[in-house]
Amino acid sequence: MTAGAMSAGGPPVVRKHLALRLFAWLVAWVLMYAALPAMAHWIVYDAMGLAVDTRLAAAVEFFVYEVPKVLFLLVAVVFAVGIVRTFFTPARTRALLAGRRESVGNVLAAGLGTVTPFCSCSAVPLFIGFVESGVPLGVTFSFLIAAPMVNEIAVVLLWGLVGARVTLLYVTTGLAIAIVAGWIIGRLRLERYVEDWVHGVRVGDTALPEALTFAARVQAGRSAVREIVGNVWPYVVVGIAVGAGIHGYVPAGALAGILGRDAWWSVPVAVLVGIPMYSNAAGIVPVVQALLGKGAALGSVLAFMMSVIALSLPETIILRKVLRPQLIAVFLGVVASGIILVGFLFNAVL
Amino acid sequence: MKIEILGTGCKKCQSLTDNVTAAVAEAGSGHTITKVEDIPSIMAYGMISTPALVVDGEVRVAGRVASVEEIKALLR
Repeated sequence: MTAGAMSAGGPPVVRKHLALRLFAWLVAWVLMYAALPAMAHWIVYDAMGLAVDTRLAAAVEFFVYEVPKVLFLLVAVVFAVGIVRTFFTPARTRALLAGRRESVGNVLAAGLGTVTPFCSCSAVPLFIGFVESGVPLGVTFSFLIAAPMVNEIAVVLLWGLVGARVTLLYVTTGLAIAIVAGWIIGRLRLERYVEDWVHGVRVGDTALPEALTFAARVQAGRSAVREIVGNVWPYVVVGIAVGAGIHGYVPAGALAGILGRDAWWSVPVAVLVGIPMYSNAAGIVPVVQALLGKGAALGSVLAFMMSVIALSLPETIILRKVLRPQLIAVFLGVVASGIILVGFLFNAVL
Repeated sequence: MKIEILGTGCKKCQSLTDNVTAAVAEAGSGHTITKVEDIPSIMAYGMISTPALVVDGEVRVAGRVASVEEIKALLR
């Protein structure tokens, strides 16, 4: 019932109570997060009584520590991003992009793609809404590439499991791929490969409903947590279990031959293998972290991750409703080439 | 009132439909619920983020799942 009372309004008293409750949650979160390493240690060595320095203990401790840690980080960031996203509706993003010149438009679209709420299930109405209101095709693609690739789940997991440096590299190169690939698609003048029926659709005026209250924005953050963390947690658990297995049982350096810097073909193979695979960042990052620890090269592993997340069969099938096969092929080809290039670059430089 | 749920058949659209059904059950009779799933009709309302809720021809909620309480308030 409190939820109903909250979303109903924003009198100052309600607002103050809500702010106090958020603060209490934050304090509880920090205390519990700080206690996680000690708790994991206690579970593995005291409660389960595993011998120190065994493979089993290493794998179990990794699992018991990383699962709650990642879930804690996810809850906090998804909540915050859920609130931020109430300020960036797709309709507002479209208004910002309509009639925008290319290049500037590509950069803006990729940036907005990371903060605008996007779900591949509404990719079709979004595509039509963008293109029919004068957002250039290439700019629309920059948005559609950045939106799934650079998202809060990928950032949280990379930051928490792999580190800040790799996270920044992933975000920058992901945005660069979205900007450049969109720009190239725009230059190629492929508008005729958009399905004809798209142009026949009459797009009505968007009546922007409701200015949200503070309470409603907090409510949006809460439902984002319920929805996203609720969907993603099994991927986190399975991903970290696989990662823990690799962590404990695959000898260090074992992968250097297959996924190492010297195997040049590992980048294109990683990308090709990644395209039909469908997972979200939550399932793939724990595996990425474990592979990196066993001698796989950063470029090959990041290329694999980008390809799994950014290019997926389900989204391609959804986009097929509005794009002819030729344009789908160009889209996949350009983005895959960009990812391969990034992979080679990292393997050569880092 | 005439309630329309705009959505392409995704999970969120189903949650919104469930909430609308629950809200109507509590709010009493006199409401009709229609699901609008074809793209041109959704676009005619100018909706580019789904699910959306239209009450008596007016868009009230866009791109998110409204709670049962919120929908009941809209039906008053």
